[in-house]
Amino acid sequence: MSLLSLRGIRKVYGDNVVLNDFGLDVEPGECVVLIGASGSGKSTLLRCVNLLEVVDDGVIELDGVDITDPRVDADRIRSRIGIVFQSYNLFPHLSVLDNITLAPIRVHRVPRDVARARAVEMLERVGLGDKASAKPDELSGGQQQRAAIARAMVNSPQLMLLDEVTSALDPELVGEVLDLLRELKSEGMTMLVCTHEMAFAREVADRVCFLHQGRPLEVGPPAQVLDDPQEPRTREFLRRVSGTTGR
Amino acid sequence: MTDWQPSPLQLERIAYRRRRARRSTLIAVVSSVVLLALVAVGIGSTPGWPRVRSTFFDVHRGWQALPVVAQGLWLNVRVMLICAVLIVIFGMTLAIMRTLRGPIFFPLRVFAAAYTDVFRGLPLLLVIFLLGFGVPALQLRGLPNQAVIWGGAALVLTYSSYVAEVFRAGIESVHPSQRAAARSLGLNYRQTLRFVVLPQAVRRVLPPLLNDFVSLQKDSGLIAVLGVIDAIRAAQLETAEDFNFTPYVVAGLLFVALTIPLTRLTDYVARRQGWYGAGGGPV
Repeated sequence: MSLLSLRGIRKVYGDNVVLNDFGLDVEPGECVVLIGASGSGKSTLLRCVNLLEVVDDGVIELDGVDITDPRVDADRIRSRIGIVFQSYNLFPHLSVLDNITLAPIRVHRVPRDVARARAVEMLERVGLGDKASAKPDELSGGQQQRAAIARAMVNSPQLMLLDEVTSALDPELVGEVLDLLRELKSEGMTMLVCTHEMAFAREVADRVCFLHQGRPLEVGPPAQVLDDPQEPRTREFLRRVSGTTGR
Repeated sequence: MTDWQPSPLQLERIAYRRRRARRSTLIAVVSSVVLLALVAVGIGSTPGWPRVRSTFFDVHRGWQALPVVAQGLWLNVRVMLICAVLIVIFGMTLAIMRTLRGPIFFPLRVFAAAYTDVFRGLPLLLVIFLLGFGVPALQLRGLPNQAVIWGGAALVLTYSSYVAEVFRAGIESVHPSQRAAARSLGLNYRQTLRFVVLPQAVRRVLPPLLNDFVSLQKDSGLIAVLGVIDAIRAAQLETAEDFNFTPYVVAGLLFVALTIPLTRLTDYVARRQGWYGAGGGPV
């Protein structure tokens, strides 16, 4: 059974139809990469899955449970899904360690010392063992993003959503974040990713989904979608991004 | 790093900047002295100056009035400290009430909005009169009838509405992505407000908040109209003896002496802009 199943998702802002009858299934341990032009609905889709946006139609099932039902406890659902944002969104008034332990202590009622030990372990994993007491603005962009990934991972989520996590980083720092994501992938984490990094999509994606006008226009293994696209729209998009990004 | 020696070019620049700095200091001193001399000569040569000086700036009379006025000021300080604590509590409560979502809180939102509208508009003096003379006149049992309490209550009611608006501005200035990040970690509305939004909001509004307290410090002198013997009222009583207004000037100087440290603190906090990060970059 799919871990995440989207059927007939519609999302509208005013007159702008962002997602239109969108359908997609993500299997456990699978990494699906969403690509598409700016405004094609990639970020909106992730925000809908995390219930930060309310869908205007359709059903999202997580582990067989309809999470778009208005009667579900949205806070509980969200704590099973980790999301990492393009602009990190670390809490600037808290240290890196406190950023990571906030949800375990306040939401999951983990004892403070246990939460701290787990956070330290998580920071070691993302290579920030020495930055626990630093404030976010003392870190580089790449370090902040790795801290944000640690914050999302510490809740042991079933599903990770990654929203353009490398877009705000300069090319040198992109590598360290992508290495970390590759590692997560190899550990069997289920991931739904939107990115402009075609090289990353090629390397870690089990399937690539090209969004166009709020619909999945072309879905398949990276070798098929990226190297031998069937749709003229996909071909045009890939030609444009390969012209602008070096990777 | 260690074996760096400034180049001749850099040495020349440093010397030039030092010369410029010396020159600027000199110009500032000369222009200040000239301006002060002009003001002194200008005022001193007016026909009524000797009379004004003996009525407002009688040094001997000032020293004489100082202990009584200072004792009155101690009351102002106590009123101001107690009111400040209450104002922070009420102001924060009102601000949170106004930002609550959900239909069940509709009456609270309306109350908070109406409250701030009314008390920001009402002149403070009117509120002091209404509470200070109106409430004791009701002759209700169990209510205190000391003027100082009702004067303090008027200050709290009025200033809470200003401070509530300051807090609300702070709450709304926290970027929505911070709420999104907190909610996505599973924190509920209350936890998000308590652990993510409010800490950042308070840091950000600390300078305008301190500014309101500087203003509260001197407005605490208005309760004198109720007959409470604070610094202003003490000065008034002193003046009534010989129609020399110097005690008022003494009270004024004491108020300034009291607010300057707080003003400096405000500047300092504004420069630090609420410790790390929460206020944005250094520019």
